[in-house]
Amino acid sequence: MGKIKITASVASQVMLADGVYSMWIDAKEITDQSMPGQFISVYTGDSSKLLPRPISICETDREKGLLRIVYRIAGKGTDEFSRYQTGDPVIIMGPLGNGFPLEAGISEKKALLIGGGIGIPPMLELAKNLSCTKQMVLGYRDELFLNEEFLPYGDTFLATESGTAGTKGNVMDAIREHGLQSDVIFACGPTPMLKSLRAYALEHHIECYLSLEEKMACGIGACLACVCKSSEKDDHSMVHNKRVCKDGPVFKAEEVEF
Amino acid sequence: MNMKVNLAGVTLNNPVMTASGTFGSGEEYSELVDLNRLGAVVTKGVANIPWAGNPTPRIAETYGGMINAIGLQNPGMDVFIKRDIPFLKKYDTKIIVNVCGKTTEDYIEVVERLSDEPVDMLEINISCPNVKEGGIAFGQDPKAVEAITREVKKYAKQPVIMKLSPNVTDITVMAKAAEAGGADVLSMINTLTGMKIDVNRRTFAVANKTGGLSGPAIKPIAVRMVYQAACAVKIPIIGMGGIMTAEDALEFILAGATAVSVGTANFVNPYATTEIIAGIEDYMLKYQVENISELIGAVR
Repeated sequence: MGKIKITASVASQVMLADGVYSMWIDAKEITDQSMPGQFISVYTGDSSKLLPRPISICETDREKGLLRIVYRIAGKGTDEFSRYQTGDPVIIMGPLGNGFPLEAGISEKKALLIGGGIGIPPMLELAKNLSCTKQMVLGYRDELFLNEEFLPYGDTFLATESGTAGTKGNVMDAIREHGLQSDVIFACGPTPMLKSLRAYALEHHIECYLSLEEKMACGIGACLACVCKSSEKDDHSMVHNKRVCKDGPVFKAEEVEF
Repeated sequence: MNMKVNLAGVTLNNPVMTASGTFGSGEEYSELVDLNRLGAVVTKGVANIPWAGNPTPRIAETYGGMINAIGLQNPGMDVFIKRDIPFLKKYDTKIIVNVCGKTTEDYIEVVERLSDEPVDMLEINISCPNVKEGGIAFGQDPKAVEAITREVKKYAKQPVIMKLSPNVTDITVMAKAAEAGGADVLSMINTLTGMKIDVNRRTFAVANKTGGLSGPAIKPIAVRMVYQAACAVKIPIIGMGGIMTAEDALEFILAGATAVSVGTANFVNPYATTEIIAGIEDYMLKYQVENISELIGAVR
């Protein structure tokens, strides 16, 4: 079927932490097709705010046709979403982007799933769908969210900047403290975190997939707003630019530069 | 009911096309929109060689609009001709190629190269506010507008549309200059130069500092400029600037536009173009308009 824009309805919404919300959306047409690491565009109901907000898919329930987003209030658009109640309409387009390559985490491999802040949510759907052995490293500023939901899928290590839980510091500090080894890394989080992970993976020759974020307009690869720097000349753009929304958001670490 | 419009001898099935830069070359949107329904697809600007564009962030949302400073990133004409034209040829729509350049020679190189390609019209972008050289440098001086139009016309095999900048004191002077240079059609308006400051980060919201403002916030300016230009020149005009609905499109047509382009609305609603076409049909039925030409410039 392919990507589609629909008026879906909110199945439920709860606050997980200060400013962090979890919304289940009834959107079978999108849920059926979605892959871990993909995202949806969420449109506001306010015509003064034109652009959709790209939000990663945190989880799906295929039987019920539901998808879940976990997002942080970053401005007026996401603030509007946070006030939606069960049964309210929510306009979304998806599934968008490429998603994580599940085939990179099969059989005897050992995977490290790393999420930082609001980059944690997409790692949950990945954890549910990767068949290999997994360990999770989740980094927070202070308040935790979603961490307990990872426990069924493997050992989960925490890092907080404030030191209130797990390792004091960032995800790299947690990896070092626990001496975590892996054959493949999947990560989503703030750019400085992805940058250090990229360097770490390249230095240790670990296969590594990073999910990037950038300001977007169309969300489907047409407007060229959300480009990132690519190591090689890209065969679509013919320059060192790849589209985060269409060619990504997930890239192999060697593919991109920060 | 007849929705066909004529632009310099090229007949469009309906007056609704896409605005350059908002629709790529149609491939991405073809998953969501039936391109056969569009009057024309106007492509993203194409230069003689690949352009990398500006640093990110390239866009910012503003009240009722958005600012972009993409910087005309494009893969260059070789890839465009090999990949994008054959793609668009599969559809029953007209192909209008937006041409950008840094020097007159750059524009000519692209125009000459496209002369034997199955392209219906050329839209010459002399109004991009986001690149230092070329673009707007040609679009703010009437002598330069006339000169580049004349040069392009010497080499172009297809009808030439000159895309005008609204960042001028008197749009009629620019419209007349393009007409004097031999332009077949005008398209207007390109974006208005704008700026947004991120107060939390205390920096510019787009890396280029300034960018082009588009969206419904600029529509009244665009309608006014289309009206002024339509009163000043005899050549047809493609109107654009914040068209979100059929009603918006009709405003431009009544002000004097023969056709309209839908830009920012594609980001808000990927189905905007086809919904606008359907809305114009409904309007014509409601008011028993037999031929859309009855509406063009009907408000004077």
